Amino acid sequence: MPGIVEMYDVCVVGAGHAGCEAALAAARLGFETILFTISIDSIAFMPCNPNIGGTSKGHLVREIDALGGEMGKNIDKTFIQSKMLNKSKGPAVHSLRAQADKAAYSMEMRKTLQEQKRLTIRQAEVSGILTEKKENGYRIVGVQTVSGAVYHCKAAILCTGTYLKARCLTGEMVSHTGPNGLQAANYLTDSLKEHGVEIYRFKTGTPARIDGNSIDYTKMTEHFGDDVIVPFSFTTNPDDVQIDQVSCWLTYTNEKTHTIIRENLKRSPLFSGMIEGTGPRYCPSIEDKVVKFADKEKHQVFIEPEGIHTNEMYISGMSSSLPEDVQHAMYRTVPGLEHAKIVRNAYAIEYDCINPNQLYPSLEFKTISGLFSGGQLNGSSGYEEAACQGLIAGVNACMHIKGKEPLVLDRSEAYIGVLIDDLVTKENTEPYRMMTSRAEYRLILRQDNADLRLSEKGYQVGLLSKERYEWVLQKKAMIEEERKRVSSVMLGANQKVQDLLKSYQSIPLHTGTSLEELIRRPELNYDLLAPVDADRPPLPKEVREQVNILIKYEGYINRQMKQVAEFERLEKKKLPEELNYSEIHGLRIEAVQKLNRVRPVSIGQASRISGVSPADISVLLIYLEQRKNLKR
Amino acid sequence: MYSDTIAAVATAMTNSGIGIIRISGEDAICAADRVICLKEKNTTLSDCPTHTIHYGFVMDGASVVDEVIVLLMKAPRSYTRENTVEIDCHGGTLVINRILELLLKNGVRAAEPGEFTKRAFLNGRIDLAQAESVIDIINAKNDFALKASVDQLRGSVSGVIEDMREKLISEASLIESAIDDPEHYQLEDYGEVLQERLKLLLEEMEQLLQNTERGLLLKEGIRTVIVGRPNSGKSSLLNSLAGKERAIVTDVAGTTRDAIEEQIRLHGITLHVIDTAGIRPTDDIVEKIGVDKAKEYIETSDLVLYVVDASRPLHSEDEEIIALINGRNVIALLNKSDLKPVITEEEMKKNKNWTTLSVSAKYGEGIEALEQTIEEMFLGGEISVNDEVFLTNARQKAFLYEAKESLQFVMQSILDGMTEDFYSSDLMHAYESLGKIIGASVEDDLVNEIFSKFCMGK
Repeated sequence: MPGIVEMYDVCVVGAGHAGCEAALAAARLGFETILFTISIDSIAFMPCNPNIGGTSKGHLVREIDALGGEMGKNIDKTFIQSKMLNKSKGPAVHSLRAQADKAAYSMEMRKTLQEQKRLTIRQAEVSGILTEKKENGYRIVGVQTVSGAVYHCKAAILCTGTYLKARCLTGEMVSHTGPNGLQAANYLTDSLKEHGVEIYRFKTGTPARIDGNSIDYTKMTEHFGDDVIVPFSFTTNPDDVQIDQVSCWLTYTNEKTHTIIRENLKRSPLFSGMIEGTGPRYCPSIEDKVVKFADKEKHQVFIEPEGIHTNEMYISGMSSSLPEDVQHAMYRTVPGLEHAKIVRNAYAIEYDCINPNQLYPSLEFKTISGLFSGGQLNGSSGYEEAACQGLIAGVNACMHIKGKEPLVLDRSEAYIGVLIDDLVTKENTEPYRMMTSRAEYRLILRQDNADLRLSEKGYQVGLLSKERYEWVLQKKAMIEEERKRVSSVMLGANQKVQDLLKSYQSIPLHTGTSLEELIRRPELNYDLLAPVDADRPPLPKEVREQVNILIKYEGYINRQMKQVAEFERLEKKKLPEELNYSEIHGLRIEAVQKLNRVRPVSIGQASRISGVSPADISVLLIYLEQRKNLKR
Repeated sequence: MYSDTIAAVATAMTNSGIGIIRISGEDAICAADRVICLKEKNTTLSDCPTHTIHYGFVMDGASVVDEVIVLLMKAPRSYTRENTVEIDCHGGTLVINRILELLLKNGVRAAEPGEFTKRAFLNGRIDLAQAESVIDIINAKNDFALKASVDQLRGSVSGVIEDMREKLISEASLIESAIDDPEHYQLEDYGEVLQERLKLLLEEMEQLLQNTERGLLLKEGIRTVIVGRPNSGKSSLLNSLAGKERAIVTDVAGTTRDAIEEQIRLHGITLHVIDTAGIRPTDDIVEKIGVDKAKEYIETSDLVLYVVDASRPLHSEDEEIIALINGRNVIALLNKSDLKPVITEEEMKKNKNWTTLSVSAKYGEGIEALEQTIEEMFLGGEISVNDEVFLTNARQKAFLYEAKESLQFVMQSILDGMTEDFYSSDLMHAYESLGKIIGASVEDDLVNEIFSKFCMGK
């Protein structure tokens, strides 16, 4: 069949949050890149909640930014309300969340893509991957679209989101579309299966959008944004984001709501058995909540604006797949929604994704060289989770072409590292969402130090500018110097000090003490003690913040660093790629099966596979040593 | 290559004349210095040259625990190629136990099964040919330790630990859900509430530790199981050995319904004797449990005492018992030698090549000969005690200490006015340490707990 044949370095399939980051990264690293999307009007589309960030997800956005990704910058340009969550808790769990103007977010990202050199955007459905056979698998050589056009490439990145064989359900009504009625991608799954890729079927859902003019806000509690707004991106000037903000609103479901849901459960595809996919426990539908938490009298409902120029409001907490008429009655039981007019129905969506255990930590398929995968296709959920995988996949597609080591972040370096390690190592049976409790070293993986943790990597791969990197180095030096200075400052029990302590209800001194000791008091901090610290140099806020945190929580941070050192010991012990675990004497059968399937890159990764015991790890260590001796 | 220092008892855990505790790792010498006071004035092991022998005392604070000989071997000239200290102490289990615990409290970790050998190999001490046998040792010891830790824990103890774990993960999941979904779940004055709850939990742990001292967690000694048909005289034998009325003895078959356990000292050897319910097919549920247990005990025993009523011919049930205990270390006892025997020693020996003795448990006849036989078998190496039982116990205790320490960190954090996110990981550490005692793996417990208890998310 005659058709278009074109040549690129990198093909990116899908222009959602993962695809955008992947395509930008590839083009920015100097490669001719083409980005395919099923709908050019839906670039960086947010089909579910209208916000970016939140607990642990805010960390991901900061990390994306520190590495040179786009999400943080884009939300800084398009947010309409911003909040730092968990401010009453320790700095490690402070998390930024911003309400986005969805249309603006999408448009801004489209602009950025369009202005990017070496990046082509093409509306087309990719129907298959083109490969060459090689030893132990395949090598990617291109992709093909439904029209028969062929795009040759050196690396490809799949970021298909929830579009593969997607099916949307609202009660008995089923439509074979992707989110929001967009066309599904019905061919790519088969092409992947032909290449031996194992496919899962997951499910997720979204609530209805309601006409804001039909809502009675007087029956709800207003939730405002923060007085002082902190931007997501380290490169955004805080002065530029102090905007007028819109409000969100809180209301609750009640017994009436729950009764309607219970009476109509049999019409819900979730309970009738129509849905085959596994849903996320994190975003349960309202019918799930009512069934699972039957003793709860009410559930929170947040009403969030979808943007400035739309009347649509997102009904957070009430996602559903109940039939339209039931939805109508159900939403109207909620105080303030008595006369609600639904603009778009709530629905559940089922889609194909892959078992991410088939990927290396670089996000490359183990058996298809040069093919990478990011985002919801890897069984994750959430815009931020998608974006960070897209970024890593994009970078590593370039590293693959260059023949360089991939960018792999470990669990002690970034939430991104935790996320990807969990995906490629553990058994994943539901859409994976980032959570702070998944990060075992979270005291050092703070959102406030993402730039200090990751800028070097961002600079090394070539995404971060030299200028930006040098500033981070300078910042590091300033922090170190100031810490050193503070550690030698002693304060006497003089009147000035006592007065200051008294003004913060802090216990007065009996004898002299160190400045560090006072900073560690819960009611005090580095900034508050400025008046009694005569030689303090003027320093930028971001430096002062770091100095304060590092001193205040030094004990905890040091304890965590020790754990990290122990973790790294096993992480550094690499397992050879070609290892046949069936041949290793002494491993348990279950361990052999799991190890052969996951093919961990290090002893550390092996130890996190469920079913691999400490004894198996001992066996592996001994085996490695044996090999080393043999080679000698 | 290993950052931590390990210790284990190198000799069998019986009340023999001498016991050896081995410490290996970078910190081994310093750790020994922390618990040993050398006789040589103002000298520490750290000051001494390698491969020297020293005399001194193991001290717990100001009190002397034992008089010891210490062997010092500095890296790399030792079995593990790490700094190694061997403490030769007096062989009582109590003393060895205390010294090991002192070390564990002084920055040393209880060795995993086969860990000394593993280190020796990884540090290049053992050659390639031996590698496979190292793996076998580790696997065998691990299997045993795992089995031992589960088997040996009395049901009630593992219940207590499960219960503690339940409490810990419930607190941690509350904290984590509030961190993860702060607009949904809030913690107010939670620190104070938690403090109170942890106080109780710490007391419980302390109680458990004290119980452990008294040997309630694990029974030590040669695991000896008494088996035989109902009314063959098992309980009388136990009483004879223990020298007191312990089990209920009647002439009614099936009186001993539960297993009865007893620590018995025989010329410096500790027997941990379990008297089982008579093994026979039964419909009585209570007795059935006893029988099932007996089968379990046999499988984990070091020595089986098979009691036969010699005044009657062998019963079909005896055949079943013989099949069950086949392959174990068995002494067959022809009981009721006071009555007219119909089974002779020769007959019994013909059957299996078991040591066979005639006794009268009721009148105490032949008991001395039995004691002597056991002693000879033990000293001759026919019966060997699995040290792992004891080591498992020490490890379990160490994990209990670890858990306690983590909770103390939590208490301190609350006192210091820290917010919950600082100490929830310590709660989870305590949870994991307790899990190691009962052989539970961690996996995604916390995340699962959060989702099962709290209605999260959008």
